[in-house]
Amino acid sequence: MKLTKLFTSAAVALGLATTAMADTTKVGFVYVGPVGDGGWTYEHDKGRQAVEAKFGDKVETTFVESVPEGADAERVITQMALQGADLIFTTSFGYMDPTINVAKKFPKVKFEHATGYKQADNVSVYSARFYEGRAVQGHIAGHMSKTNKVGYIASFPIPEVIRGINSAYIHAKKVNPDIEFSVIWAYTWFDPAKEADAAKALIEQGADVILQHTDSTAPQAAAQAAGNVITFGQASDMGEYAPFPRVSSIIDDWAPYYVARTQAVMDGTWESVSTWDGIGAGMVGIGEISDAVPADVKASALALKESLADGSYHAFTGPLNKQDGSAWLAEGETAADYGDNGLAGLNFYVEGITAEIPN
Amino acid sequence: MDLSAINPVLLIASLMVAATPLLLAAIGELVVERAGVLNLGVEGMMIIGAIAGFAISVETTSPMLGLVAAMLAGAVLSLLFAFLTQFALANQVASGLALTLFGLGLSALMGQSYVGIKPPAMAKLDIPVLSDIPVLGPILFSHDPVLYLGIALTGAVYWFLKKSRGGLILRAVGESHDAAHALGYNVIRVRILAIMFGGACAGLGGAYISLIRVPQWTEGMTAGIGWIALALVVFASWKPWRVLLGAYLFGGINVLQLNLQAAGIAIPVEYLAMSPYLITILVLVIMSADKSGAPASLGRTFHASQ
Repeated sequence: MKLTKLFTSAAVALGLATTAMADTTKVGFVYVGPVGDGGWTYEHDKGRQAVEAKFGDKVETTFVESVPEGADAERVITQMALQGADLIFTTSFGYMDPTINVAKKFPKVKFEHATGYKQADNVSVYSARFYEGRAVQGHIAGHMSKTNKVGYIASFPIPEVIRGINSAYIHAKKVNPDIEFSVIWAYTWFDPAKEADAAKALIEQGADVILQHTDSTAPQAAAQAAGNVITFGQASDMGEYAPFPRVSSIIDDWAPYYVARTQAVMDGTWESVSTWDGIGAGMVGIGEISDAVPADVKASALALKESLADGSYHAFTGPLNKQDGSAWLAEGETAADYGDNGLAGLNFYVEGITAEIPN
Repeated sequence: MDLSAINPVLLIASLMVAATPLLLAAIGELVVERAGVLNLGVEGMMIIGAIAGFAISVETTSPMLGLVAAMLAGAVLSLLFAFLTQFALANQVASGLALTLFGLGLSALMGQSYVGIKPPAMAKLDIPVLSDIPVLGPILFSHDPVLYLGIALTGAVYWFLKKSRGGLILRAVGESHDAAHALGYNVIRVRILAIMFGGACAGLGGAYISLIRVPQWTEGMTAGIGWIALALVVFASWKPWRVLLGAYLFGGINVLQLNLQAAGIAIPVEYLAMSPYLITILVLVIMSADKSGAPASLGRTFHASQ
């Protein structure tokens, strides 16, 4: 008898606890690097903090950092869903399949996957048009390079990274026809020692501009040690290396999106959507162009940024050929987001890049 | 495809830099394992060394003090392991893993206010005259002092293990702690000293990454070097010079593959990326064909009453 009573009161207490909890919306974040990486994950975590600042007691955010892409990710996401998260942001490309798998098992939980392309009823995808920022970088790089060699530290051969390389190359080539790109695939998003080694290898081979698509500030430090090499902040401003070697940066701003999506869950208006915003919507920011850049280059770079922002210019405007010489975009044609040869699944270099994409 | 873009002199110079943290951590772990203790906490001690060295050198603006602090920090953290395994007689594998997890977490906590700060630069030795010699100068005579320390340490460990009485005792403890105990040697004390030496070396290796090689602090920046050091000790069959060879081979191929990529060599990148691991293991496995096995007491707990 006593035992049943105990169970009943426990059940009642539990019930009360759940109703009390129902007021708070639980939002989980899965990060690929540590929150202190100074780049990609750092900016996502700023978005998380913005959600907390906006909603206060009404939300409870949790995060797990440095989660490897693959099977481990599935475990972490499942754990978050089991712990009662209402909304889960998975913030790296490699979490795509794990997110979809877990989402099938938890139809009531909402998922948001960054930079991927697989959507479901309870899985939204969101990304930023980083390639617009790359266009501005390429423009500055083309003007600033004296050796005509640009080193590019790439992470994984996925469409997002390939778009960035293409966009930077196209706009560097436009202002400097002799420009060449050397690409190193680091096969990591975050490994400061390896990124530093890659930057050093590129610099030793004559590159005087280093572009990076990895998340740590190690390449900035390597460029600084070399003395005559310029860099751009990646994902975050990396302003501690300004005004030189860091001459500008691409800044990801996730906060408005995270706040809006959390609000939607609270209001019960959340729907599965695909968001892909660029400079115009404010998801991609261009960090201050430092005084190391000549004034006329700075002005033309800012003009390029404006034309990308107001939509009067598209970063992939024809005529453009694929690397093998076949036609991609005709004169004046702009690249479509989806479909064959669309930007979302871009898997080829444009004409002029001599490297090969690993597959 | 433009091999001429690769400057072999700069390549060798930078491979020595890339190999040094691995060498330091591995040579420390070698001594620990020769004393019969398996400490899997190398990664944790390295990262603690990395942040401690970084923090102290930022605060004091002296890289040298930072390196000393890193060694101290590594040694202090290893004392925790020593306490668990030598006095509490805990399982060495579990304690070592715990040490790594603890080190990674603690370093992230300690490092929170050091993200994005630039450390004071470590001066290169740049030995006058010698460093101006073409080819040999940049390779041999214009590095930071820690790199030379790594090589010297390898020689010293070799001499200690092979030629000195202390080394004989240490090896005896590692081969058969019961016999060493019966002869009147203090097994626990020898092992604790070895563990502390290993901790100091790992800490120095970590600080080398955060102060000289990268140089900056980011969480998790050792990125698995500690684990590679552990594997290296095994594949080098617990011999100091082979550890040096393995570390240079690993660092060298790592740097070489990045250079090959930058030069646009038409080898698939995946093969290049895995080559450092494959080639290092292959070479050391072939070399270890002579039957020099692990220290016989490796990983076994010792208590005088047993």
